[in-house]
Amino acid sequence: MLLANLPALQVVIPLVSAPLCLLLRNPRHAWAWATLVSTMVLAVAVMLAQRVYAEGTISYAIGAWATPWGIEYRIDMAGALMILLIAAIGAVIMPYARRSIRHEIARKHITLFYTSYLLCLTGLLGIVVTGDAFNLFVFLEISSLSSYVLISLGSTRRALTAAFQYLVMGTIGATFILIGVGLLYMMTGTLNMTDLAQRLPEVTDTRTIRVAFAFVTVGVSIKLALFPLHIWLPNAYTFAPSVVSAFMAATATKAGVYVLLRLFFTVFGSEFSFTAMHVGEILMLLAFAAILVASLVAVFENNVKRMLAYSSVAQIGYTILGISLASTAGVTAGIIYLVNHALIKGALFLALGCVFLRLGSVTLKDMHGLARHMPWTMAAFVAGGLSLIGMPLTAGFISKWYLVSAVLAAGYWPLAVLVLVSSLLALIYIWRVVEAAYFNVPGAAMHKVKEAPASMLIPVWLLIGVNLYVGIDASLIFSMAQQAADTLIGQALQ
Amino acid sequence: MSNLLGHYNYWIVIVLMMTGFYIVIARPNLIKKVIGLFIFQTSVFILFISMAKIEGGTAPIIAEGISVYSNPLPHVLILTAIVVSLATTALGLALIVRIMEAYGTTNEDEIHVQDEQD
Repeated sequence: MLLANLPALQVVIPLVSAPLCLLLRNPRHAWAWATLVSTMVLAVAVMLAQRVYAEGTISYAIGAWATPWGIEYRIDMAGALMILLIAAIGAVIMPYARRSIRHEIARKHITLFYTSYLLCLTGLLGIVVTGDAFNLFVFLEISSLSSYVLISLGSTRRALTAAFQYLVMGTIGATFILIGVGLLYMMTGTLNMTDLAQRLPEVTDTRTIRVAFAFVTVGVSIKLALFPLHIWLPNAYTFAPSVVSAFMAATATKAGVYVLLRLFFTVFGSEFSFTAMHVGEILMLLAFAAILVASLVAVFENNVKRMLAYSSVAQIGYTILGISLASTAGVTAGIIYLVNHALIKGALFLALGCVFLRLGSVTLKDMHGLARHMPWTMAAFVAGGLSLIGMPLTAGFISKWYLVSAVLAAGYWPLAVLVLVSSLLALIYIWRVVEAAYFNVPGAAMHKVKEAPASMLIPVWLLIGVNLYVGIDASLIFSMAQQAADTLIGQALQ
Repeated sequence: MSNLLGHYNYWIVIVLMMTGFYIVIARPNLIKKVIGLFIFQTSVFILFISMAKIEGGTAPIIAEGISVYSNPLPHVLILTAIVVSLATTALGLALIVRIMEAYGTTNEDEIHVQDEQD
């Protein structure tokens, strides 16, 4: 009974827990509750992923209303990988959050933080599991609205303006998606994604569908911060609490990429998306610009958190580059890149949160000589940084390897050169941090700084450990990603 | 001409949408931005609701002798979307209150000037 309802539980558990969390006025109780819930969410995600891996796509009718009339939850291999990623990151950051949040957020706001966090988790998981276009919009807004709150809880006043800027852009994006969904419904009379995919080919050669496609694509692109629609991201990540930056960088934009995959391949079909609408060429160009421009900006950035934020924009470019090839190899590379980057950026932002806890700053000039006082934190940062650059034996190498092979197989060798050049740029900006932390003389204020607490270091090193593990043995993630790409592209061919 | 007038609902939607969008982009006052955003969202609600109307259709309540009903689904969808839009507006205004407390202004340009000085 319980097992049969796992897809619903995945979303319902955090959704119901969020208001309950609000009732717990005590910050410590709220933290314990959120930790318990995120662990349960992870357990459900693992069980679901196992089932999908063994039995294939799961289709679940909410309230037993038969599809396409009722809302369908549909989890295929790509979805299973995504819920696993989101739930795992969500659970890993919880032990970390206790100290970090107590340091960065006013006591009276801590309960609100955990409530918003649970709602954000609900929204992100919902985006992935739902098979209904309008339901997608609702979950997108749940995750967006709660992330505006999470960002606004940052310790400086600029967090407020960053959250407001994100609110304006995010709402425009979500409304664009709503317009697109409305136009699709107008032409087909259905909202179920599988049903849409079956009915769209009849009407696909109309201006309405083309406009719907454009609206939805632009709307989702704002959400996943595709260059040049990324301008909300650097401020949001820089001024949000450290845990939120890590959580959002590892999950929110990734859920957006998944929506894009779902739309291009499942709903519209790759024939329409890539041949008729030429979205592949457009995405490739934007990915090219994202990788080059954002990496260059990151090189000149002195605030390390903002540096990582710009690096995220570049990394999203890599993922999109893989998808824009529209081949199985390309989409596989895109999915691997997405998962690995979530692990890398999550670890890097968490390590930076440790620095902020002890140092109260994340600018390069304040980090001079930091490695002597926080060896474990900085070692984690270096390991994550090497993975970001793409050193062999790290997850970053695996994702870049598959991406470059996919790009070469498609015959775009200048893009492969671009990937290598921008890896060099990553080397430069990570090196600037290493130089400051390891090779500069510490300032007078530094002698008071001590290593971060174990409750924060363990989650960081857990993510780094997974990074190194994937770097050595990538067979599991590769087989999952390839199966996911096969399902996505296979659906398009039917 | 009949094409122009026959699609008058779309023209209303487009005018409202562009009005809202313009306010969001062009006005430096944050409260006006939220109002613009609200108008922008409302135009989409009208798009949905106007497409539910079926010529000669009546309210979707089963009754004898009636065979053509309007489509009730878009209304239900938009009820949900209105709740979302309400939450967005409330959150936006709440953020503006906090921004006013922290910066002493709701003008985007003046906030930028203050941020530059930091």
